[in-house]
Amino acid sequence: MASQIHAAYLDPILTRYQHNPHHLLQILREAQEYFGYIHTDAMGYLSQQLSLPRAKIAGVAGFYSFLSDRPQGEYRVLFSDNITDRMLGSVDLMTQFCAQLWVEAGKVSEDGLLSVATTSCTGLCDQGPAMLVNNIAINRLTPERTTAIAELIRERVPVSAWPALFFAIEDNIQRKDILLNGEFQSGTALAALLQCGDEAILREIQVSKLRGRGGAGFSTGKKWEFCRDAQGDAHYVVCNADEGEPGTFKDRVLLNRYADQVFEGMTLCARVIGAKLGFLYLRGEYRYLLAHLQVVLQQRRSQNLLGKSILGQADFDFDIDIHLGAGAYVCGEESALIESLEGKRGTPRNRPPFPVTNGYLNQPTVVNNVETFAAASLIALKGGEWYASIGTAVSSGTKILSVSGDCARPGLYEYPFGVTVGQVLADCGAQDTQAVQISGASGICLAPAEFNRQIAFEDIPTAGALMVFDQSRDMFEVARNFVHFFAHESCGFCTPCRVGTSLLANMMDKLAQGHGSPYDFAEIEKLNTLLQSTSHCGLGHAACNPVLDTIAKFRPAYQKRLIHHEFVPAFDLDHALLQARQMTGRDDSGAHLERSDESR
Amino acid sequence: MNQDKLETFTLDGQPIPFSAGQTIIQAAMAAGVYIPHLCFHPEFKPHGSCKLCTVKVNGRQTASCTYFAQANLVVESNITELNDERRALLQMLFVEGNHFCPSCEKSGDCQLQATAYELKMMSPHFDHFFPDRPVDATHPDYLLDFNRCILCSLCVRASRDVDGKAVFALSGRGINSHLIVNAESGNLVDTDFSSTDKAAHICPVGVILKKRVGFAVPIGQRRFDAQPISAQPLSKEDV
Repeated sequence: MASQIHAAYLDPILTRYQHNPHHLLQILREAQEYFGYIHTDAMGYLSQQLSLPRAKIAGVAGFYSFLSDRPQGEYRVLFSDNITDRMLGSVDLMTQFCAQLWVEAGKVSEDGLLSVATTSCTGLCDQGPAMLVNNIAINRLTPERTTAIAELIRERVPVSAWPALFFAIEDNIQRKDILLNGEFQSGTALAALLQCGDEAILREIQVSKLRGRGGAGFSTGKKWEFCRDAQGDAHYVVCNADEGEPGTFKDRVLLNRYADQVFEGMTLCARVIGAKLGFLYLRGEYRYLLAHLQVVLQQRRSQNLLGKSILGQADFDFDIDIHLGAGAYVCGEESALIESLEGKRGTPRNRPPFPVTNGYLNQPTVVNNVETFAAASLIALKGGEWYASIGTAVSSGTKILSVSGDCARPGLYEYPFGVTVGQVLADCGAQDTQAVQISGASGICLAPAEFNRQIAFEDIPTAGALMVFDQSRDMFEVARNFVHFFAHESCGFCTPCRVGTSLLANMMDKLAQGHGSPYDFAEIEKLNTLLQSTSHCGLGHAACNPVLDTIAKFRPAYQKRLIHHEFVPAFDLDHALLQARQMTGRDDSGAHLERSDESR
Repeated sequence: MNQDKLETFTLDGQPIPFSAGQTIIQAAMAAGVYIPHLCFHPEFKPHGSCKLCTVKVNGRQTASCTYFAQANLVVESNITELNDERRALLQMLFVEGNHFCPSCEKSGDCQLQATAYELKMMSPHFDHFFPDRPVDATHPDYLLDFNRCILCSLCVRASRDVDGKAVFALSGRGINSHLIVNAESGNLVDTDFSSTDKAAHICPVGVILKKRVGFAVPIGQRRFDAQPISAQPLSKEDV
């Protein structure tokens, strides 16, 4: 009986995904969306239908933050917990919200009505504080807005009937250059391709010196060529829209307004490397973009820009599937992303081999950033030489920056490479700036003396995040927020990152709680070195950046927390008695360690 | 293949011959040179998760179990800097779980303990996490003490790749990663686990334990009581 309930909604999902175990994550995500959580009977049914061990399904479900094997609230409220949300008051808003609804953060309310928790940066830093309600984004939270939301939840109004204004996500494009300015017409880049041939298009991409926009900056032309030349049963194109780096939101806007150009870039790549299938891996936080993106794909199919015999070319078949993530930053790492696409836990692979030879289903695969594909379309239209003439000698073209934090005009800023940080700060109306964090938590923290440095691969490479902190901000708290982010997002595969990021978070908390001494400071530095040298992937390597950078440049922020000269344990004996005090209903001096000493 | 035809790399100054497809640790072990490791096992595809086997290859740190040997590489392993880092990794593994060696029936046969002795780890150094990990004693012949799990996933791999089952799997993420078994109840007794499985005999620490033989061999006469782990022959890898 029980399993029939689950079969009823799982069967259509399974049919849609052809009972393909590689689509396990998508199946689980949809099951959760329908039922609210992954019921144990649902897991059993999926195990049987997909011929997968139950433990494997449970292991995948247990990896992703947005999947749960226990009942969640009817309303699942997640407050975005990036430092920019905090700077805009998210912590107080959440406290107020919890108090209004008599619910404890991190738990499900007793009546099962709602659960409240925090989540990693939702990519709405330019219009925060933000939250996700049942995976749909709400921006610009204020005490009034959260109060209204609390009221709607109390009255059990379905989220679909909430005021549309809550969900009005803005693009906030502040500065346009060649990419954001170009009025791209669907199919024009493909027409150019068919006119001059895919070999010529590859050459244009190479001449353009386009480099990957995800931050690492590998040559796009080389990547496409390596992949094309790699032997395989099939080739694949993957667009990495798992934009999880705290402070980054450019892909959100590109997909909202320039999706056609992105999909066309993927199609160009498919033609060059000989792929028949592509994936857009969209982060779960951008679930609300899915319907729009499906419409764009459908339009392209009806325009014969996707599907069979594209633009009448008999040998040109290509289509794009959208896969959604489910709350795992590490899946932005390309090999973890591919694991996730294959329906597995998002653990980064051992490399080499790289995805260009052994990617999706072990076949040659190009994984490029959203912005890279959009740029590729532009290059196909306007030529590689033109593109290479913009920017600097080694960093051609433009870069879209996601600007947030303490500035008058947060949003997207597109500049030719080579722009100085100071120029960006002036343009966005930042005043009294103490620090700028570039390329998110894993990036680099700059002090004012470095604001003349350039955004370029040869100076400061970036995936696009630029968070501004004015003099009122505590850079220790900024670093502490990032450290907690990494501890939360570590995949747990390798020892140094799994244990080290949590140790680091605990040490930063110890300092924050007033138990810090120079000893702890030295420990933090040692731990960071270990993370940097022994971690499995970029997440672990980068997890130490915010701390090492802020220590080097904002040492007083740490110094003032090293209040003890000698080592003090993080373990607080008096606090340890808290539970006993609660259980016995006592709070007199005899129930406290220190106070009882004083009273004697 | 003739030994003198093999190409070599140097490991701490010593030439190590290797054949194509061998990783650094595989070639080193074949040559009888010990590189500390926990998740690596000669019978399984290298995994690269514990990072104990980290070496310096031409000055750059990498896991030696997953790095393919190439001619003329200069590899450093037994140096203070790396041993200090390995000790810190071991300390992390100790504080992450609940390891009470004096009362553990695997004491003396445990690779984690033996490696800690090898690297002269004198204290856990870091603050303990003291995770709450219930023991699974449901199976008539085997006990699972998750407190000692170091997430090397050897049992996962053995069950999947050798036994053709899926008794074990990893779930959770980050510091909440944990071992689970393939049963709705979550109990070992409800899986198809068998004492003849490879997975039953692969655990390098004291998670998967045969019942009623705990102290059959007295402490003091166990595998690593006789000789340190670095001096053990490879054939005894799978105790």
